[in-house]
Amino acid sequence: MTYNNKKKWLSAPYTLWSAIFIIVPLCMIFYYGLTDKTGAFTLDNIIAITTVGHAKALRLSILLSLACTLVCFLLAYPLAMILANRKGNKHQFIILVFILPMWMNFLLRTLAWQTLLEKNGVINNVLTFLGMPNIKIINTPAAIVLGMVYNFLPFMVLPLYNALSKIDENVINAARDLGAGSVYTFIRIILPLSVPGIISGITMVFVPALTTFVISSLLGGSKLLLIGDVIEQEFTRASNWHLGSGLSIVLMVFILFNMVLSAVFDKDGEGSML
Amino acid sequence: MKHYAQIPLYNLKENLTQPRPKCHTRILRFLCMSGICAFMPFLFTGCASPVNDVSEQVIVYNWGEYVDPETLELFEEETGIKVIYDEFETNESMYPKIEAGAVSYDVVCPSDYMISRMIQNDMLAEIDFGRIPNAKLNIGAQYYEQSKGFDPENKYSVPYCWGTVGILYNKTMVDEPITSWAQLWDEKYTDNILMQDSVRDAFMVAEKLNGFSMNTMVPAELETAKNALIEQKPLVQAYVIDQVRDKMIGGEAAIGVIYSGEAIYTQQENPDLEYVIPQEGTNVWIDSWVILKDAPNKENAEKFIDFMCRSDIALKNFEYITYSTPNDKARELIEDDKIRSSPIAFPDLSQYDNLETFSYLGEEGDAIYNELWKEVKAY
Repeated sequence: MTYNNKKKWLSAPYTLWSAIFIIVPLCMIFYYGLTDKTGAFTLDNIIAITTVGHAKALRLSILLSLACTLVCFLLAYPLAMILANRKGNKHQFIILVFILPMWMNFLLRTLAWQTLLEKNGVINNVLTFLGMPNIKIINTPAAIVLGMVYNFLPFMVLPLYNALSKIDENVINAARDLGAGSVYTFIRIILPLSVPGIISGITMVFVPALTTFVISSLLGGSKLLLIGDVIEQEFTRASNWHLGSGLSIVLMVFILFNMVLSAVFDKDGEGSML
Repeated sequence: MKHYAQIPLYNLKENLTQPRPKCHTRILRFLCMSGICAFMPFLFTGCASPVNDVSEQVIVYNWGEYVDPETLELFEEETGIKVIYDEFETNESMYPKIEAGAVSYDVVCPSDYMISRMIQNDMLAEIDFGRIPNAKLNIGAQYYEQSKGFDPENKYSVPYCWGTVGILYNKTMVDEPITSWAQLWDEKYTDNILMQDSVRDAFMVAEKLNGFSMNTMVPAELETAKNALIEQKPLVQAYVIDQVRDKMIGGEAAIGVIYSGEAIYTQQENPDLEYVIPQEGTNVWIDSWVILKDAPNKENAEKFIDFMCRSDIALKNFEYITYSTPNDKARELIEDDKIRSSPIAFPDLSQYDNLETFSYLGEEGDAIYNELWKEVKAY
């Protein structure tokens, strides 16, 4: 047995894993999505995305997840730059602080935001105590975006940090030597070199934000229907797996588009730290 | 048709006289019980002893936190029949499991409309009431009458719990008596209203408001109900299921739609809360024991139901879960007069008009309701 064969054998568990838990479920989704209750082939479940309710939910989902991605990017980029410029152990600690909340369950963190933002919640109690006007953000789109940003920010910070820290300092120094100002250096050198990280970060924030359903029901009071909510309810309440799968396939198109985008920009897999 | 994932409640009787036991002891008890339940099959199959007589067990499928675990132990002690206990969260999640037949349960406790669906699909065994004497002896005749909505000949089900759906309101946040569903459409209460986030419950409110049946399939009536819900949406603070309990206790909203069984609990936590059955009528729901057609242990299932109908056992369960019991004899045993005659736990239904029970609308009916509800939610 050659070394190579041995290596192949070692990958068997992963092949098996992805076959059972990735390929098979995917096939099932496609089967359900492309058939009706009698098992006959149909495209109705896919076309259903064009009905008023579904289209509106999809539009809202895209809008909110774009907003979330933008906010995440604006928050994460400066932070990633600061971290990348820092030498020593300090930046490791800051990264740890950012990852720390992820050790807690996602649902609990979102539920905590509900308690914070409620009418009689923690934040409003503090504001009242300080004699300041209360905030009314719970059950609005803003609360949903806030919940998304909070939950997905680390997914933006880490790829950005990874891409920025890999930029050779000599390149930046060379730019400065040749007379480029800091703004010009940033626009022409740092930003283009960090594109793989940006794309990777955008993908990792946009995709989960687009498909989320818990955040909207907890922080949005179930008043705003996102496409994730529609799919979830088709499976759990309406027990219409066919429609749920069909809508999932539509969402997959967006995710695929995102993956193609990152494949084009991120050829070396630089930004994929997570 | 109610309470998803119910939180463990404490002993009602004790509560009024003694400090309440810490919540976590209940949780601990629950965890122990689930542990025991989970390991029970291993205990008896693992050691492969001849004691493992399959006929000496009963497999029960019930709502989460819907029985006092002590009563299961008592049943095992008295009859020597092992109880294998499993829980579900919604009627809708229970049904496919039974239909697929992956686990052969004996006794299940579905709600009214789900029972009618199971009867229609020939999944239930006729109950021999001669073998369950306590069922007719202890359970009030009016509950069998009410059951006829989903079990027309009273052949398949034995009532276990029942209740109403009504409005819970905070007396300090309203300046008028709440008596009507119409008040959920009052702009005064903008952002202070909690609605149920489930299609049939939400439509029930709108249908009763307009004087329709809550099982209506008339397109014009459904359209009216849908438009009413859309009109109400800007006033609603949130659509919630079990969170209505915590939000009302915390004073987050002034009025909310709630199941009566939860109302008793919320009142104990926050005395400002009051529960009312609206004058337009409402949903009277019943959860009943049924025996599955292909139950492997029918005799034990009968013994189990009979045991659950015993007045002392029904009383224990009532005190634990606080959902109204149809067991009249058990009600007589309740020591606390306030609870025995509580208009929330035991409303006099003859006072109200237009009380109804959900019936199964068929797959198409469900699909129509779901579609309309989606339109409301997406609006």
